[in-house]
Amino acid sequence: MSSITWIIIAGAVLTYLTRIGGHLVLSRFERIHPRVEVALNAVPAAVLTTLVAPAAAEADWRGLVALGFAGLVALRFNALTMFLAGAAVIILLRQFA
Amino acid sequence: MDEHIHQRQAGPADAGTARSQFWEGFAKGLPIMVASAPFGLLFGALAIDNGFSLFETVLMSAAIFGGASQMVGIELFGQNIPAWLIVFSIFAVNFRHVLYSAAVGRRISHFKPLQSLLSYFVLTDPQYAETEKRAESGRPVTFIWYLGVATPIYVMWVLEAGVGALFGNLISDTHAFGIDMLLPIYFLGLVMGFRKRDNWAAIVIASAFVSIIAYKTIGSPWHVSIGALAGILVAVIVAKPEKSQEQH
Repeated sequence: MSSITWIIIAGAVLTYLTRIGGHLVLSRFERIHPRVEVALNAVPAAVLTTLVAPAAAEADWRGLVALGFAGLVALRFNALTMFLAGAAVIILLRQFA
Repeated sequence: MDEHIHQRQAGPADAGTARSQFWEGFAKGLPIMVASAPFGLLFGALAIDNGFSLFETVLMSAAIFGGASQMVGIELFGQNIPAWLIVFSIFAVNFRHVLYSAAVGRRISHFKPLQSLLSYFVLTDPQYAETEKRAESGRPVTFIWYLGVATPIYVMWVLEAGVGALFGNLISDTHAFGIDMLLPIYFLGLVMGFRKRDNWAAIVIASAFVSIIAYKTIGSPWHVSIGALAGILVAVIVAKPEKSQEQH
């Protein structure tokens, strides 16, 4: 099998562990420590931000405009609308500006 | 799987309502299916673009079933990064499911063992949200209902990977179509989705700042773990312990 296949299988096993693991671990404790809960709550925003920020730092002005506009749209609309708005801006700017 | 079918027929009191419960769940799954469709297609197209085969693309959607982590996986794979780090990054992005898993356990504790194993496999963000809403409304969270929510989302997610892979490479000039910015925009949307959480701005600023510095100095992919760690650290430092105890 290719290395990609192994990466996928390993990623799938670990993903399944995250989906069942919280239940398996927490069902053994009466409660989790508040600081642990704070850290777990911070995980998604902390991880996902690192996937945006360096790309923004490297982007051309068109990319920055698209990201900024999409960020504003996200304040009022759902993720799909926000994504389509950002995609529309970057495509238009790359085609015409 | 036999057990599930058997379970469905086993409870006489439930037998009449099993079908309607499935379709009730299905109705909740449909809008999620529609909203995730562009991302399922985009994943297929980008995976091919980053060197995945059709089989690998479909396998990833079927086995992992987690949009953001799949995007991270193909993004890092395109950057010539060690395999274990890609796997670790997938794990890191999906780590939030630990919380869903812990929280949803009390809602589905009456499921049979095999039903539980399958239910945790399809425990995505929207699946969790719908289950919590259903439980809060006082209506029964049955396995059949849960399966009804998950079925349209999962089946279409896998199909979309294949369709995206087959038609995605019709786009030849990826720069002109802004393909390089689509994932950052997508991830920004996920970041914005968590903005109601405590200390969100502090976490995002810390992660952004540190990940950019790490990206420019140490280099990819370490900026992901280093930046994320900085954000988590800030959250732990600025959190008010009394408040989080109240929430608990």
